[in-house]
Formats: sequence, structure tokens, C-alpha cells
Amino acid sequence: MARIDRIAEPWGTRTPYGPGEAWPVRVDTFLADGLTEDDVDRWVTSATILHSNGDGLDIAVKDGRIVGVRGRAEDRVNHGRLDPKDLYGWQANNSPDRLTRPLVRRDGELVETDWDTAMDAVAGRCRELLDEQGPSAVGFYTTGQLFLEEYYTLGLIAHGGIRTNHVDGNTRLCTATAAAALKETFGCDGQPGSYTDVDSADVIALFGHNVAETQSVLWARVLDRLAGPHPPRIVCVDPRETAVARAATVHLAPRPGTNVVLMNALLHEIVANGWVDRAYVDAHTVGFDELEERLRDYPPEVAEQVCDVPAAQVREAARVLGSAQRLLSTVLQGFYQSHQATAAAVQVNNLNLVRGMLGKPGCGILQMNGQPTAENTREAGADGDLAGFRNWSNDAQVADLARVWNLDPFDIPHHSPPTHAMQMFRHAEEGSLRFLYVTATNPAVSLPELGRIRSILAQERLFLVVQDLFLTETAQLADVVLPAATWGEKTGTFTNVDRTVHLSEKAVDPPGEARSDLDILIDLARRLDLRDKDGAPLVKWSDPEGAFEGWKECSRGRPCDYSGLSYARLRERNGIQWPVTEDAPEGTERLYVDGRFYAQPDYCESYGRDMVTGAPLDDVEYKALNPDGKAVLKAAEYLPPHELPGQEFPFQLITGRTLYHFHTRTKTGRAPQLRAAAPEVWLEMAASDAADRGWGEGDLLEVTTPRGRVEARLRISGIRPGVLFLPFHYGWWDDPDALERGRAANELTPTDWDPVSKQPIFKTAAAAVARLAASDGVPSRAPTTTASRPVVADVPPTRGGDVALVTEREGTR
Amino acid sequence: MKLGLAIEELHRSETHLARTLLAVSDRHAADHEIFHVARDIAGWSRRHVTELARIGRDFDVELDPEPPEDRGVLERIRQTASDLLGRRPEPGLLLLADLRHVHREAAGVSMDWELLAQAAQGARKRELFELARRSHPDTLRQMRWANAQLKESATQVLTS
Ligand code: SF4
Repeated sequence: MARIDRIAEPWGTRTPYGPGEAWPVRVDTFLADGLTEDDVDRWVTSATILHSNGDGLDIAVKDGRIVGVRGRAEDRVNHGRLDPKDLYGWQANNSPDRLTRPLVRRDGELVETDWDTAMDAVAGRCRELLDEQGPSAVGFYTTGQLFLEEYYTLGLIAHGGIRTNHVDGNTRLCTATAAAALKETFGCDGQPGSYTDVDSADVIALFGHNVAETQSVLWARVLDRLAGPHPPRIVCVDPRETAVARAATVHLAPRPGTNVVLMNALLHEIVANGWVDRAYVDAHTVGFDELEERLRDYPPEVAEQVCDVPAAQVREAARVLGSAQRLLSTVLQGFYQSHQATAAAVQVNNLNLVRGMLGKPGCGILQMNGQPTAENTREAGADGDLAGFRNWSNDAQVADLARVWNLDPFDIPHHSPPTHAMQMFRHAEEGSLRFLYVTATNPAVSLPELGRIRSILAQERLFLVVQDLFLTETAQLADVVLPAATWGEKTGTFTNVDRTVHLSEKAVDPPGEARSDLDILIDLARRLDLRDKDGAPLVKWSDPEGAFEGWKECSRGRPCDYSGLSYARLRERNGIQWPVTEDAPEGTERLYVDGRFYAQPDYCESYGRDMVTGAPLDDVEYKALNPDGKAVLKAAEYLPPHELPGQEFPFQLITGRTLYHFHTRTKTGRAPQLRAAAPEVWLEMAASDAADRGWGEGDLLEVTTPRGRVEARLRISGIRPGVLFLPFHYGWWDDPDALERGRAANELTPTDWDPVSKQPIFKTAAAAVARLAASDGVPSRAPTTTASRPVVADVPPTRGGDVALVTEREGTR
Repeated sequence: MKLGLAIEELHRSETHLARTLLAVSDRHAADHEIFHVARDIAGWSRRHVTELARIGRDFDVELDPEPPEDRGVLERIRQTASDLLGRRPEPGLLLLADLRHVHREAAGVSMDWELLAQAAQGARKRELFELARRSHPDTLRQMRWANAQLKESATQVLTS
């Protein structure tokens, strides 16, 4: 048993292991105020909520309050470990500034009211607009942080009750491209791989995926492999010098916005050198000839020119990928939030397919997501897709959903693709969307081009409802604010990146009059008097377990099949990977074993889209392309990014995250250890760029783009020259002056998105930078432990101290 | 042989399509996907224009190799007060009309490519045939884009 500062050492102590061995157990525990495990009244089962990894944990309860957390040794995902955000972040639940009563706007001010008044205002305005204009006036914008039961209910209310096509989640910013890339290649969403692939892979390739910070426990698993016998080789594509890049065999740092060229060049080498598994390609894929033809235009020399990565390095990386026996590829925001997002992510699928590396231990693809319950947003239809990965352009599948919901198929909107978030805001801008219901997300800080977003949200003619824990920057603009319960205060299930379903139990009561999102949504459905075609209430449940049972039926027979799961089963064994059916009662570790896909024309979720224009293909085109439901190798041509640096704006600006914060810090900014670890926004720049201008660590800089400005202190880091990095976590809820000064990275980002996945592009803006003041020797307060590590030696290291000591206990099960 | 005439005609119609797409992009700067994608795929027509001018020389036609100019996104953003424009409701109907127009023009260009491909094959002009084989799919994608955007935009425009 050891006590260790997990701010200073985010990944904790190494427990090395070799290929094919079980990852050793290490149980991490953090309790408040010097309490010990003996002081705890109850331990309540749950999983982690501040990233997408889905680590099993127990919540410690004492005197009706949450007092700490402990990793679950038996959980398949984390074997007991926890991320620093989870070790400390639960303290935000107990924050004194939680919302405890509904608020309504009266004479311009938000004032407290009772639930009846608030809900009548919401339902009343919604009904009024439905009568006056119809469903096109109403939109829902949700999150990746509610529970499955809540999304399913929300999707039912929106699609089946209100019958609007305007439903999306902030997963649009996060995981939309993961879903889109899987649909393009496999005809359906659904994560092919499993975290256990880390245990046996001999090459792990991370494409724009800073796993060390986004999923620190998964990175700990990789670090333990790296510390053990026969470690895997790592290929890293990232313009920053992340912890992953430092551990990599080959690190490629391309110019932002050029991922498609880099991927094509890697594939070019794989094909040219004959590292292709022809038998697999012939048996299980279509499209190889077109891919091969396209790749001819992309030898490594083209990548050298376009991406500014030496051709020799491209060849070296290709050799590692081409010689892998067990290749695990993962992808995240460096691809998803960049130019040509889906086209680039699809090439990673192509890589594993042409190498025949899928559906076997160590051979997998993980198209990642960032949020704990993003997978559920997607599968339950709260991202606008139809529930159960149903195809909106397949009438038989829509009819099947109508059967489950007891509706006429005509009542479920499927005339055109779902309206994505950015388009909903556009509709609100031009005035045709007049009611926006926002749950658990903070678009006033997280969407691109904030000046524009603020002006849209602040319009008189838009009725804005915000349901959240705190008075966020977005809630401050609302007409009605509804106080919600959060993790630990309600029961429900959620599913992580590798399809692992966890049940999260209620540990304590929510503060004041706050209610669970599910209760609020059911209340809304009741007040709107939503009914099925026989006149019975549309929403047929009144608690989480009822909603889960409803979802099970909806998912039955679809790829995300939950029919073999139940709360009782999850209470026996928490953490089971879907599909779970009668035939697979223990769940399913890997999809697409033996090249069997969900891509048959009558079963698939999507017929695909044009990689450049985003235009959907129709059933006839799809059937001609892929009659037998194989995997589709989709080629992609490169298009230059829309905003290129020039004289006036010479830098490329990318935004991103840090290990210590989640999203707009609504929770992590209220946990003292996390707050102190990364208290203030910073700007990263390469040493050569800083030296050219005579600037030093800690200088106060002003970054500008055609859309706005941000002030930040300079961190000279290992980032690629010509590129600037800003973390996007910092809004102004904790510092009202920050709005004037410019602190949120999204003041600067452009309104532009990938036409296929509709994911906004946060990583290719042209920017200028100027110095406002010299540092006087005070460094920036960016963490030193992560990708923002300084290049100069005299910056004090990031430490948590005594208040951040965590107990690590190895080898206990 | 009238192949020269066919190339000239196609050069004219592709130039026109490129101009139309750029104009549609400019007009709908507040509809960001239209703005960007219309410019991206105008690039295909601009490329076709250059290639047609080059191959035209083999058939004794002198064509302008310079495609219609794209002044670039940043330039456009600066000029368009898109957030002012963005608040007007009428752009919806204008957008539908513009997309119909693009679709019609692209359909014409597509026809022209088909004819040229056929003639090139008949006359056993391999290089010309190859150009048509490579370029025609771009035109079909431009058409499909206009069609899909039209369908997607129509509901909201017409029901609100
Ligand atoms: S910050 Fe993380 S979770 Fe949030 S949208 Fe981005 S990737 Fe997803």
C-alpha cells in the first residue's frame, strides 16, 4: 500500500505485464478529510463520469454525503485504477453553488420559482409553438453525460412525441466522426475493438489521440505493457509532443489539416510494399481497386510536401504498421475535430482492413469518444439518429421503430437526415427554430465562434431551456433553468467506448429540489400530453429500470442488443460489453470476428455519404456498391483546409484539452486539486517561434483570429513550429471579467464542419499573436506533467501536495 | 471533326458552373456548409476548365486556361457581414432557388461530358477519353450534392 500524489503522477505506479497476460490489479482510493475506509457507511457501485473510459468505481457515502471513491478491482475496464479527474472530481457534487430550485426569467432577471411554474412555462411555450408553427420550431440539444435511460426517453419524446427532426447532442463536437467513420466502413455504428486488445497488441497506433490525457487509465494499461517484457511499439500522429509522442517508436507531427494526405501516404506504402492481407481483402471487403488507384497520387514525398513530415519518417511508420502481427489502431480529436475528419478517420479503418487486423485479440480499431455516455447518445437516438442504430432512409426500419413505440411510421420524422447541432443553431439564428431545450451541456463556451453563439442564444425570439447542475455560462442566458441531479444522485446505466455497460446506482439525494433528468423529461412528456396511436401515454415508464426495459425491447435484434441484460444481471456483475443476448449472455468482446459485419443493405444503419460533399447515398447506390454487406474500403482525396495561414494570420491554431479538466470545468473547476493543477488558460508555442520573436515562458500574449481575441500566458512547449495550442476549458463562470478579456478558446474558432459527420473543426484556424507584456520571470500555469510540459527547466513542477494523496493497493482482487 | 467544338462547349459550361458555385457560396456565407462545400466543389470545375484548355490545344482550340478566380475563404469572411445577413429569413427561399440552379447546370455539364466521352471513344482519342472518365464523376457528385442539400433545406424553409 502506497500513498501517492496523483496530480504529480497522473498515471500512478507501474504494474508491468507481458503480452497475453492479465493486467495486474491496482486499487486506487481517495477519501476526503483524512477519513479511512473504516469510516465509510456504504460503498455504492458506479463507474467514472469525467471521460469516456468507463472505469468501474465505488462511491463512498458517509452521513448521507459522498466522501470519496475507490476503483473496482474486478472491473474489466480499469482493474481498480482511477483517473485523477475521478479521484478528486466528485467533490463538485457537494459544491455550495449547485442549483437547488428552478429559475424563470422575469423582467430580464432569473428568479427562483417552483417546479410547477417552471415546467408549465416550458411545456406551455413548446405547445404554443407546435400549434403555431409545428415541430420545425422545436429543438433539443443534449450531451454525452446523461444516462442511457434518459437519452432513450428524450429521443422518444422528441422523435415520437414532438416529431421534430432537430435533436442532437454535444457528442456532435466529440464523437460524431467516430460514428460516421464506422458507418462509412462497416455500414453501422458500433465499436469493433476492445480495451483488452492492449494486452496482446504488438503495435499500437494512435491517430490524433492523446490517450495519456483523455483516457489516463487506458494509457496506464499501455504504460504497463511498455514497462513489461516484449513491449508493443507505438506509432503516434500528433502535432504536439504529448506523453504518447514521447513514448512512441515513431512520432509524426503533421501540419494541421493534412491528415488525409498522411494517411494516404501510409496506406500507399503498405500497399506498395505488399503488406496487404489479400485473402482478407478479397473475402471481406469491397472497394480495394478504387482505393489502390487513389493512393497512387500519395507517395511519401507528397506527404513530405503537404504535411511537412519527412518522407523517411512516413516510410518508417509504414514499416512499423506493415510489419505488425497484432495491430491496434485508435483515433480521436486530432482527426475528428480537424479538416476532412471522416475521410481521415476512415483511412484508419482501411489500414486495419487491408492488413486483415480485425476481430482477433490485439487486432482492433477503437474510434474513440471523449464523454462517458457518448455511446448511449448515439445508440439511443439522442444524437438525432433513430434509436437502435436504425436507418432513417430505410422504411422497413422506421416501421420497426414505429412498432416498438406504437406509432404510425409517418409520425416519426425521417424525410431527411437528422438536423445536426450546428444546423440547429443556424435555424435559431435565422429565426425558424424558436424553442431550444439544452440538457447538461454548455454551448456558450464549447461551440465554435462564441461571439456568434452568444448572440444566437441571447435572442428574445428564442425560448431557451437549460437543465444543469450549475448556473453555467449558457444557463445565464436561459428563459428557464431546471436544476438537475447528477451522477451519484440518480440510478441508470451507461456504456463506455468499448461497449462496456455499467450500472450506476444512486448513492445520495440530490441537493434541494434538484431532480433527475429522467424525472424532468417524463414530467415534460406528461405536461405535453404525448400519446401513442392508441391514445395511451407515449412514455410508458416512470423510473430508470422501466426505461431500461423499454430500451431493451427497442435494441432487440439490432447491433447494440441489450436484450440479455438487466439491472439484476448488472448488480451481479457490473461491466458487460454489448451485444448481450440469449446467445451471448456474457456479452461480446469484439465485433466483426471472422469478417462478419452489420453492413447488409436491409440491416445496415447507413448507406454512407460522399466523402467531400457529405451527400447521402441512397439504397440503390449502396446495394450496387455492397450487395453482400462486406466492409467498404472508401478512398478519399485531399482538399486543402479552408482557413490557411497567411501574412496577417501566420499561425495555425488548434484547441484541445488537458488531463486535469473536463469540458468547461463545471465539475473539475470545482474540485480544488484539479483546479489548482491547471488554474488558468495558456497558449503553447514552439521554442523556435518564441525565439524568433524574442518572447519567453510566461509572457502575456494576445491571440487573434478574424473572429475574436484571447489573452493567455505563453508556455513554450514541444509543439510543432507554426502551430499554436489553446485549451478550450476556460469560460467565465468563475471569473466574469474573463469574458471581456477573452479567455475561451472558442472565441477564435471558425464556424466550419466536416460535411460527412457534421463535427465542427476546432483545429485549423489561422491566427496572429502579439505580446502584451513580458513575464518578469513568472511562468505560465500550464501543467508540467502533460503535453504542456515546458522546454525550459526552471518552471516549478505541477504538484498536488498533501491534499492530493491517493492510496494505491496492488494485487488485491 | 467537331471534337474541338465539344471541348469548347464543355469549357464554357464548366466555367459557368464554377462561377455559379462560387456565387452561391458568396451569397450564402451564413450557411456555412453551403459556403464551404460550394467552394470546395467549384474547385473541381476549375480544374476541369484548366485541363480542357490544355487538351483543347491538341484539337486546335484556344481556350482560357485560367479558371474563374476564388478569392479565398478568409477574404470572403472579412467582406461578408454574415451575422447581419444571418438574421434575415428570406435567404432560405433564395437558397432553394440557387440549389435548383446548380443542379440544372451540373446536369447540363454532365450531359456534355457524356457526349464528349462517347465521341472521344468513337474517334479513338484515348487521352480525351481518359479526361472525361476522370472528370465526369466529379460532375455527378456536384449534382448529387445540390440535390441532397435541396432536400435537406427544403423542409425547414417550407414549414416555418
Ligand atoms: S472534450 Fe472530450 S468529451 Fe468533450 S467533446 Fe471533446 S472529446 Fe468529447
